Amino acid sequence: MSYTINHLSELEAEAIFVMREVAAQFEKPAILFSGGKDSILLTHLAKKAFFPAKIPFPLVHIDTGHNFTETIEFRDYLVKTLDAKLIVGSVQEAIDKGLAIEEKGANASRNVAQIPALLKAIEDHQFDALMGGARRDEEKARAKERFFSHRDEFGQWDPKNQRPELWNIFNGKKHFGEHFRVFPISNWTELDVWQYIAKENIELPKTYYSHVRPCVERNGTILAVTEHVQPREGEEVKDMRIRFRTMGDATITGAYKSDADTIEKIIQEVAAARETERGNRADDKRSETAMEDRKKEGYF
Amino acid sequence: MSKQEEIFNAESYEKMELLRFTTAGSVDDGKSTLIGRLLYDSKSIFEDQMEAVKTSSERRGDENINLALVTDGLKSEREQGITIDVAYRYFSTPKRKFIIADTPGHIQYTRNMVTGASTANLAIILVDARHGVVEQTKRHSLIASLLGIPHVVICINKMDLVDWSEESFNQIKNDYKQFASKLNVKDVNFIPISALLGDNVVNESENMNWYKGSTLMYHLENVHIANDHNHIDSRFPVQTVIRPHSDEYHDYRGYAGRVAGGIFKKGDDITVLPSGFTSKIKEVETAGTPLEEAYSPMSITMTLEDNIDVSRGDMIVRTGNMPEISQDIDAMVCWMDEKNPIRINGKYTLIHTSRNCRCIIKEVVYKMDVNNLHKLEDDKEIRLNDIGRIRLRTTQPIFFDAYNRNRITGSFILVDEASNVTVGACMIRS
Ligand SMILES: Nc1nc2c(ncn2[C@@H]2O[C@H](COP(=O)(O)OP(=O)(O)O)[C@@H](O)[C@H]2O)c(=O)[nH]1
Ligand SMILES: [Mg+2]
Repeated sequence: MSYTINHLSELEAEAIFVMREVAAQFEKPAILFSGGKDSILLTHLAKKAFFPAKIPFPLVHIDTGHNFTETIEFRDYLVKTLDAKLIVGSVQEAIDKGLAIEEKGANASRNVAQIPALLKAIEDHQFDALMGGARRDEEKARAKERFFSHRDEFGQWDPKNQRPELWNIFNGKKHFGEHFRVFPISNWTELDVWQYIAKENIELPKTYYSHVRPCVERNGTILAVTEHVQPREGEEVKDMRIRFRTMGDATITGAYKSDADTIEKIIQEVAAARETERGNRADDKRSETAMEDRKKEGYF
Repeated sequence: MSKQEEIFNAESYEKMELLRFTTAGSVDDGKSTLIGRLLYDSKSIFEDQMEAVKTSSERRGDENINLALVTDGLKSEREQGITIDVAYRYFSTPKRKFIIADTPGHIQYTRNMVTGASTANLAIILVDARHGVVEQTKRHSLIASLLGIPHVVICINKMDLVDWSEESFNQIKNDYKQFASKLNVKDVNFIPISALLGDNVVNESENMNWYKGSTLMYHLENVHIANDHNHIDSRFPVQTVIRPHSDEYHDYRGYAGRVAGGIFKKGDDITVLPSGFTSKIKEVETAGTPLEEAYSPMSITMTLEDNIDVSRGDMIVRTGNMPEISQDIDAMVCWMDEKNPIRINGKYTLIHTSRNCRCIIKEVVYKMDVNNLHKLEDDKEIRLNDIGRIRLRTTQPIFFDAYNRNRITGSFILVDEASNVTVGACMIRS
């Protein structure tokens, strides 16, 4: 008998360990829920970690107001199934109150405007730990992120001054007003996520699977036509068979032409993919260090 | 079928294991290039990442595509052209998924190296074939040995610059063996490579027919890691107690945690520390599914036959196989505080498994010259990046095993009580 477990089980065990540490070490922890597959995965892991008890974290959704309808529908459905508490922080409200500034121009997004809305939600609810579904393989700046990432009272991340993280010992000690961002699936890759979703039969919004919908092509990116994305002059609306690899704002999340309408086909497709999943997000392309700059300010 | 596609047929990924390794070497020995090469040759770099690397290379005026840029992430690092933190990288082959902790080699980053080493199954130590075993090689080996990394691979790099010479390789190998006899590393391998050109990294070298061993990738895929965890001494630190308070599970009390050693199964006689209460295991489960056996590194929930008082910080062990229980600890420490040296008689918070307590530093026994293993008994001031042996006393007993027996129950950290920063990484001596 050889006492080993496979890589998915080990990643699961690690994520569950981290979530249990969060529940034990913090007073008001929450899951930052974006509506994407990674945050759906977090809720699944939380369910397993605390079974048969309910998940001991509310879900916090920072709503940019630029969502896909499917994302919100699925969010509400999931909250109901989990019998969890949902807290919504509104970017629109932050903009209306002058806490955040709406970007202007052709490629405007509400990414940066999310930061003040998030920090306000943290302050209003006194959260001391927020778990997110970020993975180290997503982007260069994230490769150095800790599991327990310390934020000062302004919510800022200092890449030069991160606490060393040794063995499986997580130091969540902090001063009043500071908080932590915690990333239980740091060590997962996109492929691990999909393999695990298949293994555990995790339900996802339909938008992750291939479907036909009206789209436009803009600067080489395929965007679904929604309330928030309307064709501009010279753009032609076409019905395309597509799917999404991430679910961010409808205004910036690029779709991929795909026939993958089952999880097995998606796994095949991801395996053969030649681009990272963030590769098609207009927000990361702005400059080589776009993500690092946003993280320092308090972006997830 | 391409390598990447093979990984995904369900059968093979069900059997894929996880191997964590760290890379060490002096600045410019080729660490970043080697990692870039492993990722590139195993087809783990995506097109958009490669595009970004190409653009950066051109902007910097590099002659070839600079594979080192794949790993050198943060802005300031790219500007200085060095690696200053621990960066984690991922790739997989049909056999294994790999997590690389890429750490900087310079002495001022010893703490980053220790961090990367703490969770590694394997260490790759790079040696420049032109320079042979140098001070840094010794320091990195000492750290690997101190942190109990079970497997070490010495990659003798830049073989292209010494005419692929077998003699150079053997010379370095012998020098290393002589020095390493003083260390506690069980499994050491030597591989001659060229990270820049790819020889013996993923593909066999055509320039070094005299070398009959395996390529680095083959070694990474096949090195035996099943015994890297302790499967003898049953240790279960309780992280949290699960009490659903629902009608269906009215009296349910589950003890949640990650197995730190040994094997637990239904019916085992257990003892709870520190109370000393005994009971039997009723069920070992994950999310309600019973498990036949649980062992490290599984995260599980355990229920007991008797309703006894158990809480976070307690340790459940198999009756008859006790850990050591003491308030007086003898340990090696790597100091990580940028501001202050370790304070004799200073008080710190100690975090060991799921247990927290305070402690007082009683004595620095010696500081170690990490370049040659000499014990410095006159200079006992332990500062940032120093390694030494200390004695301390805790406010409450902790339950531990020697680090060389169990890396989880044998390690702890020290936290500064004022700043809350992690200042010491400690390994308990036997
Ligand atoms: N000739 C030769 N040069 C190499 C080899 N490996 C790395 N280099 C070069 O050595 C320099 C330092 O490499 P880098 O990977 O940045 O080293 P690091 O500081 O250890 O990360 C770069 O100019 C590399 O191109 C090799 O096998 N042969
Ligand atoms: Mg480097």
